[in-house]
Amino acid sequence: MPWVIAIMVALTVIAAAGGLAMHNLAVTAQSELSGGATVQIVEASPTERNRQAQAAEILLAQHPAVASLRRVPDAELEQLLEPWLGTGSGPGLSTVSGAASDTDAIPVPALIDVRLRSAVTPGDLDSMRRLVAEQAPAARIDAQSSWLRPVFSAISSLQWLAFALVMLLGLTSGAAVWLASRSALGANRDTIEVVHLLGGTDSQIARIFQRSIALDATLGGTVGLLMGLAAVLLLGRQFAGLDSGMVAGGGLTGFDWLVLAAIPMVGIVIAVLTARLTVMLALRRML
Amino acid sequence: MKNAETEVVTFNNVGLRYGADREVLSDVSFTLYPGSFYFLTGASGAGKTSLLKLLYLAQRPSRGMISMFGTDVITLPRTRLPAFRRRLGVVFQDFRLVPHLSAFDNVALPLRVSGVREADLHKPVTDMLDWVGLSHRSDAQPATLSGGEQQRVAIARAVIARPDMLVADEPTGNVDPDMALKLLRLFEALNRLGTTVVVATHDVHLLRKVPESLIMRLDKGRLSDPTGALRYPPRREIMPRDDDGQADDFGFAL
Repeated sequence: MPWVIAIMVALTVIAAAGGLAMHNLAVTAQSELSGGATVQIVEASPTERNRQAQAAEILLAQHPAVASLRRVPDAELEQLLEPWLGTGSGPGLSTVSGAASDTDAIPVPALIDVRLRSAVTPGDLDSMRRLVAEQAPAARIDAQSSWLRPVFSAISSLQWLAFALVMLLGLTSGAAVWLASRSALGANRDTIEVVHLLGGTDSQIARIFQRSIALDATLGGTVGLLMGLAAVLLLGRQFAGLDSGMVAGGGLTGFDWLVLAAIPMVGIVIAVLTARLTVMLALRRML
Repeated sequence: MKNAETEVVTFNNVGLRYGADREVLSDVSFTLYPGSFYFLTGASGAGKTSLLKLLYLAQRPSRGMISMFGTDVITLPRTRLPAFRRRLGVVFQDFRLVPHLSAFDNVALPLRVSGVREADLHKPVTDMLDWVGLSHRSDAQPATLSGGEQQRVAIARAVIARPDMLVADEPTGNVDPDMALKLLRLFEALNRLGTTVVVATHDVHLLRKVPESLIMRLDKGRLSDPTGALRYPPRREIMPRDDDGQADDFGFAL
């Protein structure tokens, strides 16, 4: 029995840690992206692209909702695109400096990262579009969060999956304790009957089982917590090694660690309540 | 006059059947009075153990009425039954000692169930084990005790809490005659203190050991009354004996 509880608690800790990490990741990413908008100047001619980008910069800086903006430098764009386009694509991207010719460049849009004073609303986007429409007709303005909507949707699904796993593991633990209690009841039926006939109450008899199950659950819960935390720390290091900004947002907070540490205690409570309920229901069938 | 407060147990037209089988007890009516000593006799299969089960509240009858200490226990909610059971002492035919508890802990069980503090347990339990001659086996597990020793532990457990009624099913079946007599004396001593004693036995020699006893006889689930035990007031009559010292014929040989 303690080993069953240990395994259940370890799996619950891992699933809960995953869910909490996903939640943190989503919150961090959303708070970063919710106040951001991206302006793309999709224009084949580098010169015209550059002109429209500069015009958009000037106009958007005057928009009341805009807190700050930054033209993404070509070098940074080049670095971003290097995995797909390879090295040497620099000249085509050098539109800011105007060093490239209008014909040999790969038409990569100019990018402006806009920070708004509050979360982006459809109204903000519409007014920004109207503002730049005349001077920078090639400008496309989108909320950054909309780019990552599928990612957030996937993260949300993973969160729900982790939550469902935790619930299922809780139910499975309860079922395991129920089976163990039924088995213990069967094995100790004579003893229970004797205590019953000596005037023992249902609660007194149930307490004997609760104590036994609580001891098993404490032992199993402690071992399970240690196993689970070890796995979480190991996985955490693996993800930290990816050095990805988004993944970095999925770290666990102090409160999260407390939640994980509380899982065995919740497990003990579930085990004790399940044992009590099982025994009380079984005893009710006796006179 | 009959008075519910002076009656320990009253059975009124009680019948008992298991499942769809025929009744193992039929139309059983009697009253047990405080401080009386009853023997319940009858051949094997007559229904003695079934009657005892009704007496120690392990079974509800199929029909009829049972009152105990002035309370109708048939309609009593099961949550109130433990309080009644604590007023009873039971010696089971198969002893029913708790296998993983020592002799001491088995004897202490009724006191623990009643909430007696650990500090107050030691003396009465030790005295009781001493009385049944098992003080030297107090730490022994039931599996290491002989049949007779187990029976004595079972009896010690039944009487430790000074019950208002002691119900014993063949309590001397596994002990030698000297120990049987000693145990009967314990029952008598308890009886003198006011405990109603009901002993089921088919050891007819035992009946003569307690001359003040009253006899209830079961025959195929029906009760007969050879000593007037079921009358009121009970005829506290010495068991009738014939000239050679043998009891009268109660339907079975003594």
